[in-house]
Amino acid sequence: MKILKDLNFRLGLISALFTLAILVVLPKTDVKIDNYLLRFESQIGGYAFSLFNDSLKLDLTDFKKGLDIEGGIRIVMQANMTGIEESQRQNALDSAKEIISRRINFLGVSEPNIATSKINNDYRIVVEIPGITNVSDAVNLIGKTAQLKFKKLDPALPWSEDKFLEYFQTPSSWLDTGIIGSDLKGVDVVVDNSGNIKNQGKPQIQLKFSNQGREKFSQLAKENVGRPIALFLDDSVTPLSTPVISQDLANGLTNDPVISGNFDMDTAKNLSIQLRAGALPIPVTLLQQETLGATLGSDSINRSFFAGMVGLLIVFIFLVYRYRTLGILAGVSLIFYTILNLAIFKIIPVVLTLPGIAGFILSIGMATDANILIFERYKEELFWGKKKQEALELGFDRAWNSIKDSNMSSLITCFILFQLGTGPVKGFAFTLAIGILVSLFSSIFVVRTLIGAFKRS
Amino acid sequence: MNILKFKKWYLIFSLVVLVPGIISLFIFGLNLSIDFVGGSLIKYSVPENIKIENIVAVYEKNSVTVETTSRGEGNLIFIRTKPLDVNLNNSINKELQTINKNISQVSFETVGPVVGKETTKNAFVSLGWASVGILLYIAYAFSNIPKPYSSYKFGASAIVAMLHDALLILGVFSILGHFMRIEVDALFITAVLTVIGFSVHDTIVVFDRIRENLNKLPKSWQFEKIANYSIVETLNRSLATSLTVIFTLTSLYILGGSSIKNFVLALLIGIVSGTYSSIFTATPILVLWESRKSRA
Repeated sequence: MKILKDLNFRLGLISALFTLAILVVLPKTDVKIDNYLLRFESQIGGYAFSLFNDSLKLDLTDFKKGLDIEGGIRIVMQANMTGIEESQRQNALDSAKEIISRRINFLGVSEPNIATSKINNDYRIVVEIPGITNVSDAVNLIGKTAQLKFKKLDPALPWSEDKFLEYFQTPSSWLDTGIIGSDLKGVDVVVDNSGNIKNQGKPQIQLKFSNQGREKFSQLAKENVGRPIALFLDDSVTPLSTPVISQDLANGLTNDPVISGNFDMDTAKNLSIQLRAGALPIPVTLLQQETLGATLGSDSINRSFFAGMVGLLIVFIFLVYRYRTLGILAGVSLIFYTILNLAIFKIIPVVLTLPGIAGFILSIGMATDANILIFERYKEELFWGKKKQEALELGFDRAWNSIKDSNMSSLITCFILFQLGTGPVKGFAFTLAIGILVSLFSSIFVVRTLIGAFKRS
Repeated sequence: MNILKFKKWYLIFSLVVLVPGIISLFIFGLNLSIDFVGGSLIKYSVPENIKIENIVAVYEKNSVTVETTSRGEGNLIFIRTKPLDVNLNNSINKELQTINKNISQVSFETVGPVVGKETTKNAFVSLGWASVGILLYIAYAFSNIPKPYSSYKFGASAIVAMLHDALLILGVFSILGHFMRIEVDALFITAVLTVIGFSVHDTIVVFDRIRENLNKLPKSWQFEKIANYSIVETLNRSLATSLTVIFTLTSLYILGGSSIKNFVLALLIGIVSGTYSSIFTATPILVLWESRKSRA
């Protein structure tokens, strides 16, 4: 790209990005100019956009902060265990916890704390959610009892494979059958051994009906041979699964019916957990709800923030002491880096928690490292008698290999941690990855441009 | 400067430092916090003038470690501790009453762990896979080194140095946990991950220079001499980078809030170890490994 070689274009691009990033990061701020030349009053920052009829929303009013930093709400729910065997109670509680965490993820909240608790014979679920604005909505959603419903396709509608997507997306094409989660007495994941080559060895979900449920289901199967039924969880719009009733099934329910599909073991397990929770509807009631302060304590956060700033200042002084002018330019690019990163956190949005901030700080370290690598290389080349201009070019060129390989390996680590990790590990990996990508941009592109501009002036 | 002259001693030194920690890990394990093992969640309603510190002081007097605290609306104070038995709870309440009659316990309950076994297990599993990923990447990125040197040895040496650093923090915190009652909380997982990231990053920079010099320096030079030369060349950078990170962390440790002190301490130990291991663990292992082959 030839245009990227043009210094003016590069400077323009960096300034534009920087301005944009500042506007994103700024909270709502009043701007007031009042003198005899100009009178001007406005607000900048803290924007909120909504595009295409709310299908694309961008809320930049504030950073999303986690429980440790901002606090949130704490909800305690009591599970009603009547009618559930003593030995099954902990299981039921765990699956309820699972369902609740799924619902909270559905709310778009990340990194909630969910724990089960048992006091004497009371089984409870304690949920702590950060940054929720609409508390009653959250409480409603979380406190609802999971209900599994079997629905059939409206008999007035014709069925063929190619209509599948249309029906799948239209809740009104499905009618209640009266079969619900409590008609099941259990759900298992089994491996297909039916001899059907296509599905051999694939996981399936086995539904174990109660006697009453079995009767109802047989009836339903007879009436719907070759047509799909749908399993809805709670009041979700799209069904969990839409198996088609086979002829065998309609002839008589000898074994427990299975749902087969293109599941891998994990999705099959998850689905069975969800169904089981529906099958064991332990009603939960809201026991208490209260607002929580930050678990880290606001005093601790302020002090840590201050300490972080002092640390950065020392780094800045160190860079200037060691690399003079180059150090100043690297320092400026570090400021640029920090603001650009914060802007990205706000746009995505990333929930800021301490592990996330740790990832961010590590990425600052790696950003500085890229500059140190380049500058040390520059000094070496000077030592070997190269001219300043040439030494600088060589510094960038030769340091690039180390920078590329070390950052690539960190990105690989991030990717794997993000894929396999849970909770705080995910947050850490995500912020670190963003930080590394931005740092490559700032410590090479930005620093190089700044050096160019500095030399010209 | 011939740094690698004492290469075997560095490895022995590493072992001497690591072994007590590993033994402690086997005997004492880690002192896990409420995040991992669950505990008691106690709620007080207090008069306006009572601070969280007042309540915590009473707990500490009864040698109960308070894990986290927070203040809710309407003068509620939440305290989390390791599982507390009812008698101790009652006696603490009595003592609180002597401070102020209006401190009342709203609730006392036992909660399960916030960090489930799943999270910890996943962290270890992903660490295993990350090692494989790094190994393969280094093997690929270094595949153009001249024969008879093997890029897999570079990768494996980097992984050994990384495990060295991870084991060191685990060991140190096991010892600290047993003798100083310092606990390992959910943030500790993050600290270990951070250190691992830094460690590999740091090692690759040194290895990268060895790669460059293998092609540049005279063919007659022994591998050890080339490695030593590369370490000396990158020494300034290694120190400068570590210093910047150590500056930030030291400032966080001295000035930062108490709730992140252990976290920062783990990072500090790990970063120092990470810098050390790139030069004094990863490279000696690589040299011993590669030299053995060339002699054969």
